[in-house]
Amino acid sequence: MSEPETTPIPLRHTPLHDRHVSLGARMVGFAGYDMPVQYKEGILAEHLWTRAHAGLFDVSHMGQCFLIGPDHETVARALEALVPADIVNLLPGQQRYSQFLNAEGGVMDDIMVTRSADPAEDGTLMVVVNAGCKDTDFAHLKAHLPNHIKLIIAEHRALLALQGPEAASVLAKHCAGADSMAFMTGVSTLFDAIPVHISRSGYSGEDGFEISVSAAKVVVINERLLAHPEVKPIGLGARDSLRLEAGLCLYGHELDPTTSPFEAQIQWSIQKRRRQEGGFPGFERISRELTEGPHRKRVGLLPEGRAPAREGTEITTLDGVKIGTVTSGGFGPTLNGPCAMGNVETAHSAIGNKVYLMVRGNAMPATIVAMPFVPHRFHRA
Amino acid sequence: MGETKYTEDHEYIRIEGDVVVVGISDYAQSQLGDVVFVELPKAGKKLAKGEEAAVVESVKAASEVYAPVSGEVLEVNAALEAQPGTINEDPEGTGWFIKLKLSDASELSGLMSEADYKTYLASIH
Repeated sequence: MSEPETTPIPLRHTPLHDRHVSLGARMVGFAGYDMPVQYKEGILAEHLWTRAHAGLFDVSHMGQCFLIGPDHETVARALEALVPADIVNLLPGQQRYSQFLNAEGGVMDDIMVTRSADPAEDGTLMVVVNAGCKDTDFAHLKAHLPNHIKLIIAEHRALLALQGPEAASVLAKHCAGADSMAFMTGVSTLFDAIPVHISRSGYSGEDGFEISVSAAKVVVINERLLAHPEVKPIGLGARDSLRLEAGLCLYGHELDPTTSPFEAQIQWSIQKRRRQEGGFPGFERISRELTEGPHRKRVGLLPEGRAPAREGTEITTLDGVKIGTVTSGGFGPTLNGPCAMGNVETAHSAIGNKVYLMVRGNAMPATIVAMPFVPHRFHRA
Repeated sequence: MGETKYTEDHEYIRIEGDVVVVGISDYAQSQLGDVVFVELPKAGKKLAKGEEAAVVESVKAASEVYAPVSGEVLEVNAALEAQPGTINEDPEGTGWFIKLKLSDASELSGLMSEADYKTYLASIH
């Protein structure tokens, strides 16, 4: 007999679930989905393959939606009421990173927003949100968008990420001109004869693309991409080590409802007009941090030894005074050594500052360093 | 080569007289994935059965390795520091962790034989 209240909610499957299993992936629960953490070759090999060739990631668990209004400015202003990025001045086909902020200026989620490149779709924004936040994000949008803006949750769309230096040449064989797209732009096009939306973006620090396609067609696209010798399937384990080396924030680690964009050092994503005009939740705090600086900030940490410092590790001064906490930490396969990110008090956050990481009771020397740990290789226009 | 015994936590010990060689099983390394760091105790340290003997870190996470039996650390496999991947490649051979001088040989009877361990692995899958 099972108690209804203790019955675990079954993990959801992406349309590629069976394929991951048949490829020999090790599946784990992540944000309510049964997802591949690694395939047979393992995280190290998958990570290094992505940096050298092209890795294919199933990110269909992420949330995709469309905001549709009568024209670009109307829909952009509606979204700007919830996020601090300049959406009004997005050009057709341009993509921007932003965050849903709460009234205290804390990050509820980080998102990617793309203005449709198609003049016939003027007034359409595509928004991609984190899997673990999508239900609350969509409820947040529903509750706050004015009536004349329609929210369409794209439940039946899958999402693939193709990342790595050979991603562009591979994708161009299926999507003509993909290799000439600029970083952070998107376009609706055909993959062979299949309608897709592709953007030149990703979260590995490498050049690459995200491919949004109907769930019914993603299996075909996945197979055609895997058929290229340059492409291998990559799990969530390497996705995490790639983004850590790239110094990119992950919601639930570097970002949470108490952390502001300034603390997370993603204030570059708040454009000048929004800093001056405000008009988004938490503007008071953002405005104060703009002039005074935040009390704490995200830094890169390079341990001197070989031992990784994991999330939750205490960061202290050389006198043993606690100044912060590691938010993500592990082993960087490309770096061939440990690296970490953490929040530290601003007074102790200077690049080059020496600190201790308290790993299993031992004070492990580390240096605060500039990020990324591995240089980005985005395709800038 | 002496007899090898296993724990439910997937450590093995190879019995060589009153000295035992301790490491993690092939199953354990396959579950951990790529090992990138190992922290070993110092020679001379006295470990009680069940006490943390070492820490092994994969790309994803850190895991403790417990002393399967009580004893004094005679030697550690210092080569693992530079080549932690040896644990993945040859866990029950060159990927050993520590050698212990047994303090209570009767503790050996509580461990699984190789055949029992295989049955145990089948039972947890």
